[in-house]
Amino acid sequence: MPAMTIREAIRQALREEMQRDRRVFIMGEDVGAYGGVYAVTRGLYEEFGEERVRDTPIAESAIVGVALGAALGGLRPVAEIMTINFILLALDQIVNHAAKMSHMFGGQFKAPLVIRVPAGWGQLAATHSQTFEVYFAYVPGLKVVYPGTPYDAKGMLKAALRDEDPVIYIEHTALYPVRGEVPDGDYVVPIGKSEVKRLGRDCTIVTYGRMLQASLQAAEQLAREGVEVEVVDLRTLRPLDMEPVYESVAKTHRALVVTEEWRSFGVGAEVVARIQEHAFDELDAPIMRVGSREVPLSYNKHHERAILPWPEDVVKAVKLLLR
Amino acid sequence: MATTVTMPKMGFDMVEGKLLRWLKKVGEPVKAGEPLAEIETEKVNIEFEAPASGVLKAVLIAEGTTVPVGTPIAIVAAPDELVESPTAAPAAPERPPRPTPAPAAPSAPLSPAPAPAGALTLPPSGRVKASPLARRLAREAGIDLREIPGTGPGGRVVKRDVDRYLQARAPAVAPLPPPAAVPIPTPAPTPAPAPVPTAVPVSPLRQAIARRTTASKQTAPHFYVTVEVDMGEAMAWRARINEALGERGKLTVNDMVVKAAALALREFPALRSSYQESGIIRHEAIHIGIAVALEEGLITVVLRDADRKPLAQIARESKELVERARSGRVRPEDVEGSVFTVSNLGMFDVEHFIAIINPPEAAIMAVGSVREVPVVKNGQLAIGQRMKVTVSADHRVTDGAEVARFLQAFRRYLENPLLLLVE
Repeated sequence: MPAMTIREAIRQALREEMQRDRRVFIMGEDVGAYGGVYAVTRGLYEEFGEERVRDTPIAESAIVGVALGAALGGLRPVAEIMTINFILLALDQIVNHAAKMSHMFGGQFKAPLVIRVPAGWGQLAATHSQTFEVYFAYVPGLKVVYPGTPYDAKGMLKAALRDEDPVIYIEHTALYPVRGEVPDGDYVVPIGKSEVKRLGRDCTIVTYGRMLQASLQAAEQLAREGVEVEVVDLRTLRPLDMEPVYESVAKTHRALVVTEEWRSFGVGAEVVARIQEHAFDELDAPIMRVGSREVPLSYNKHHERAILPWPEDVVKAVKLLLR
Repeated sequence: MATTVTMPKMGFDMVEGKLLRWLKKVGEPVKAGEPLAEIETEKVNIEFEAPASGVLKAVLIAEGTTVPVGTPIAIVAAPDELVESPTAAPAAPERPPRPTPAPAAPSAPLSPAPAPAGALTLPPSGRVKASPLARRLAREAGIDLREIPGTGPGGRVVKRDVDRYLQARAPAVAPLPPPAAVPIPTPAPTPAPAPVPTAVPVSPLRQAIARRTTASKQTAPHFYVTVEVDMGEAMAWRARINEALGERGKLTVNDMVVKAAALALREFPALRSSYQESGIIRHEAIHIGIAVALEEGLITVVLRDADRKPLAQIARESKELVERARSGRVRPEDVEGSVFTVSNLGMFDVEHFIAIINPPEAAIMAVGSVREVPVVKNGQLAIGQRMKVTVSADHRVTDGAEVARFLQAFRRYLENPLLLLVE
């Protein structure tokens, strides 16, 4: 299997799906001639032409609205919003329209659009470095995926493009250069299936996205100290598949939830709640959380670095959890 | 007016108590001061008296239940009075008072499981900190969580504690006996099974001793001063008194030691004080603790105002105290409030030993046996009767010279025993 970056894996999925299905097309700011601000769509404009790789004005609400219309009309749009910070301008189209359209009309039609959106901290701080996946995970009618490896990035984008519901596909900008093995050709990683990414016996880390990579690094370090951590990657935030988490907790009896979001009210809080609801009698310690410190950021990378969770925070939390 | 009886606090460090036995049945009349229940604290079993007169309307906890101090355990009210649950919101006028559940099974306490509508709400029982998993494992193994020492954060019982407990409790597996006849060619001899250590549950008393002695040694910097007391006169004098008393009583060496220590303490307030960061507390009433060895451990009974009591009274009272301690019937005032402790191993033919201070006291006196030893008197070798006494003292409140002077005063009383009568 060739090793490639997440950026390349996403591009490969887009290319293969566009080759496979003529209904698939891309739209967004600078996705065409410029090749995407994160260079994800580079080369696709040249390969598929301006009909299927369309540059749009800087108008997030319009991008999603048009994509939704195209989806209702029978196409398979991939709308790219430049970053998750700007998607707030399109929330009305996503929450009040895309998520509900099929349900408001008795399922007479579907809204199979994919919104690709780079997200996460580690960029410019302030209004350019935020983690908003919970805004979408909160909404019934949406599917929200957040891959953390190249393999999953490709397979889940394919699954998203073949899904009948609107899918928010979140890419962490810090993960674009992460390398991993990706098979050539067609395969699908199903939406709504969590996966154990590392086996262990001492405690369970539940995570996704950038913090999956951070947690795997922490697990490596802990293994050198004799602590075997099991890492469960949620991959999909809605619908949330907790079965592998419960199974893991039944084995390790201790759980740590690691997310990049602000700790309060987030995905992590939901995961903690479900573990205690479904696996209470398996718990040998209170469930712990690692997340970002809850402060509004200035444009200052040192400030940003100080509030973000890092592998060493995960290591520290695991040691506390194992007391 | 109904009285809610709560788990009493019988000692400054009592946080919970176990209800051993109800001595009154529901529906039975009780008088204030009558024994109502028998309660086990970490230190002792105590008969607990009804705080009010009336009828025992309800018992709120079952026998064998441990609850925190202050938890409602029973309701005493006038015979015709209707009582409400003690945990119900106070004064809810729209709700008519409920009658007490009919005392169909008069002595049966209300059990939490089939609580009928209108039954008294049960207070939470004494809670052990344990993880949900540890609780489940203990439940499945049929172990009382309270028996398992917790090693998790804040003393929480976690899985490893249950595992260890079960492992220690598991009986050693006996190896199969080797076949008797036909010798098999050169089998390696089966080694005798190594004896497996067994875990003995730690009794509340033992836990209290462990906690208090550890705390004492960790917080109070101990130092020790030993003197030898010439007991010749005291012993002769005691023999005459006991002969005269005959059947009417008996004076022990310890009674004299207690009296002498109490008298000496009058002059040395530092040795009857308690160290606190905010200031040293001086205790004016000279209540002497007497260490009593029980089968389960050590407890301290308290002889109040020992400096002001005649020896005969000290002898009588300490005999009663010790008897009550041995039969597990001490009263709260029997074990609380001592300011200085005497620990005497004289009956075991001990030359000398060192004791650990009984917090929050400042000093403890360890008393050895009165022994016949060769002594030099006026340049002549003679047989003397000597007793070695060691005081362990808290260096935060006193110093070696002061303890030495205290011991001089103490020795003066015993070496001139008539002083024990006149003071």
